[in-house]
Amino acid sequence: MNGALPRAGSILGTPSARAGLLAITAILLFGALAPLALPDPAAQPDIVSGALQPPSAAAPFGTDELSRDVLARVAAGARVSLTVAAIAVALAMTLGALIGIVAGYAGGAVDAVLMRIVDGALAVPRLFVLLLLLAAWERMPLVALIGLIGVTGWFGTSRLVRAEVLRLREEGFVHAARALGAGPGRVMFRHLLPNTLGPLLVAATLAVGDVILLEAGLSFLGLGVRPPTPSWGGMIYDGRAVLTVAPWVSIFPGLAIIATVLSVNLLAGGLKAALSPRDA
Amino acid sequence: MARWLAGRIAQALLTAVIAVVLMFFLMRAAPGDPLARLSEDRQLSPEAVAVLRARYDLDVPAGRQFASFVGGLVRGDLGTSISHDRPVTSLLRERLPASLYLGGTVLILTFGLGSWLGALQAIRRGALDRILGAASLTLYAVPSFWLALLLAWLVGVEWRLLPVGGMYDPFLPDDAGAAARLADLARHLVLPAVTLAAVNIAATMRYQRTAMAEALAQPFVGAARARGVGERRVNWRHGWRNALFPVVTLFGLWLPLLVTGSVFVEKIFAWPGLGALAADAVATRDYPLLMGASLLVTLLVVAGTLLADIAYAALDPRVRRP
Amino acid sequence: MTTLLEVKNLRISFPGDAGTRVYPVDGVSFVLERGRTLALVGESGSGKSLTALGMLQLVPAPGRIEPGSVVRLGETDILALKGESLRRIRGRRIAMIFQDPMTSLNPVFTVESQITEVVHAHFDVSRGEARDRAAALLEEVGIPDPLARLKAYPHQLSGGMRQRVMIAIALAGQPEVLIADEPTTALDVTVQAQILEVLDGLRESHGMAVLLITHDLGIVAGRADRVAVMYAGQIVESAPTASLFARPSHPYTQGLFGSVPRLTGALGRLSPIPGNVPPPDAWPSGCRFRTRCPIVHPRSEQAPPLLPVGPDHLIRCWLAEGPE
Repeated sequence: MNGALPRAGSILGTPSARAGLLAITAILLFGALAPLALPDPAAQPDIVSGALQPPSAAAPFGTDELSRDVLARVAAGARVSLTVAAIAVALAMTLGALIGIVAGYAGGAVDAVLMRIVDGALAVPRLFVLLLLLAAWERMPLVALIGLIGVTGWFGTSRLVRAEVLRLREEGFVHAARALGAGPGRVMFRHLLPNTLGPLLVAATLAVGDVILLEAGLSFLGLGVRPPTPSWGGMIYDGRAVLTVAPWVSIFPGLAIIATVLSVNLLAGGLKAALSPRDA
Repeated sequence: MARWLAGRIAQALLTAVIAVVLMFFLMRAAPGDPLARLSEDRQLSPEAVAVLRARYDLDVPAGRQFASFVGGLVRGDLGTSISHDRPVTSLLRERLPASLYLGGTVLILTFGLGSWLGALQAIRRGALDRILGAASLTLYAVPSFWLALLLAWLVGVEWRLLPVGGMYDPFLPDDAGAAARLADLARHLVLPAVTLAAVNIAATMRYQRTAMAEALAQPFVGAARARGVGERRVNWRHGWRNALFPVVTLFGLWLPLLVTGSVFVEKIFAWPGLGALAADAVATRDYPLLMGASLLVTLLVVAGTLLADIAYAALDPRVRRP
Repeated sequence: MTTLLEVKNLRISFPGDAGTRVYPVDGVSFVLERGRTLALVGESGSGKSLTALGMLQLVPAPGRIEPGSVVRLGETDILALKGESLRRIRGRRIAMIFQDPMTSLNPVFTVESQITEVVHAHFDVSRGEARDRAAALLEEVGIPDPLARLKAYPHQLSGGMRQRVMIAIALAGQPEVLIADEPTTALDVTVQAQILEVLDGLRESHGMAVLLITHDLGIVAGRADRVAVMYAGQIVESAPTASLFARPSHPYTQGLFGSVPRLTGALGRLSPIPGNVPPPDAWPSGCRFRTRCPIVHPRSEQAPPLLPVGPDHLIRCWLAEGPE
């Protein structure tokens, strides 16, 4: 794969990539603009008779057990999930790139030690790491949740970046920079880093999907985003109690997750294709 | 080969050790007090709390705690579960078989279906390829707990085709024969296995398709066709056989996925395995149990990855006999 | 001599830009005779490998063989065959060996299984019999200690041995025609001669017709009975080997000879042919060589047919009608 960033036009090469980009933009807009058109997700207009209403013109996704509009809550959940994912992924990518570049460039003992630790960390399933961390923390603030998700997600990225750096280390431009007196810091960040941005971007896009699923799972277990902040995972959990009479309460948030992760993955596929030019 | 094997095992052991050390520090670093919740829930007196603290080694400095932790591991003692008040090890041992049944079934499903469909995609191309590709891409985006709920509701409750929970029918007569028991187990296994397998099948399909397309593009495939070898044999014996090993290495990705998914799926289907145990431990803030489960799960992942590497070597004669 | 296989007006097309089609093989005709070797010579891009693939209907998608093409083996029109009857021809009556034995042999199967697979595909014999045949074939292609070699995997063998194994596999079907597509290109020079010897010997002992495809004029001399030179999808010169080497008559052939370094003779400049082989979508109209030809012929805007310049010696060039 070519390391440099792809040109904007080439990302839209395949129809599926275009669809992904379109979909994710639609979802972002939906989440951002929904408060303008939809009722307040926390509003509980008529708990007695307005609860658990099936989808209708008034409430396209129906209402939940507290008569809240499900569509509005799904939109609010979009904002939360996407924000959490974006920040957590940014954190993970940064850490991973840092460690990966250092390990790849320094080589030797530093590389060996770092990578052994990464191997060990990767052996523990990420969910369990988060469970161990979150289970003990009462009333964890959202910022901390995002931080923890980010901090547990950099291991795979560091391997990826390291591989790129190993490949690039022997390229001409690196030797040239060193011959001109550039120190290791400058070589790593001014020269190597920009060339890893391509694969990093693809990995980041895929990671967003993974984090959305992870956060939804945590929220489902009561460990992620806490009520009353709406989250897709939490909504699915709440809907569990009324599944047989009001399945829409759980179904729609799930569909939202699928749509979002799917579009993000399609976009990642488009980015990847843009980075690997087909030979004519 | 023997040398390679020894090296690979040593590597796995090292990884396991590092993972355990990391988990220990995780446990120490976790903010909050495991006992705070417990004392909240059960209104414990300060004396009782002190006793519990001593029992769970919570007031001791890090070094000693680590030493006793390692000592316990070596002895096979993972502490005592706070919520069940039993040794963690015995709880784990009790729940392990159910997880293995489930995991084993999912493995067969994933590998069999995922590999076959992915290879078929690369062979047939055209509409089938596109449809299966879209299906796998979509499935990959499905949250396992949501799918579990949906299937439990539709298949179990609405259509009443399969049981929704547990591993066996409590009303099965005591003198039921082995066949009946097996059938009962199978019926309970279907929904959790299908749910867990869904995402993994999707991932496997995508990977296998790529590997298969690459294998089919190799010159020896065309050469076999040129010799008059039948088309089916060309595709499956020559093409697929060479596309299998990348899929075997997928284990490294797939085992953690399986383990993670099982936490939700086992809980929702009340399947008495390790995943449900972990989920319960989370709910009750049962730290020693959660830690024990995490350790076991990590070791299973390391072992599984090692087995996958060995399988790879067994499949590729270039590694086996250089 | 008996004609075993006749190729007439073989045209293979591929899709080009914007719905057009290009013809990397454009009207190729030749015959293969029992016990004789025909060398098909050309640079990469001339269409020679594609011609070979076309003969067995192995043209990769999206290419296709154009109607009007004929490949006749005895009484059978190969291009009209489909499915099982086509499969029965491949390997059994026409066999092909490929350029790179490392990638043309399946790395996960033993030598034995790859040979016996062909035997079982075409003959109804027992496993023991197939194994015996495999051992005999290995011996025939000059591999020492054949029984041990049967159990080997391709990566355990040297390049020359792998190519011998390929030849053995090709012979397993007892074919009448053998197509060798650049059989020596991927091998060391010292090994090349050995492989060519093996092919020669087998051609004689089995009475096969051999089509030897190569870009290397050096291996043609002394090995082939007849040479056909290909350029831009067409045969531009066709002659008995001695005739071709004595009097190369098409400017392209002359250019090929001129650009080959010689060990003997006076030292002089190499004279490479200027320019590159044009791709199929950029072929000049009329004579396709005219953009690189040192001679500018007034009629070169018209596509020349194959014209005789000597006994059994044809060139696709207006110069055959006399210099102007």
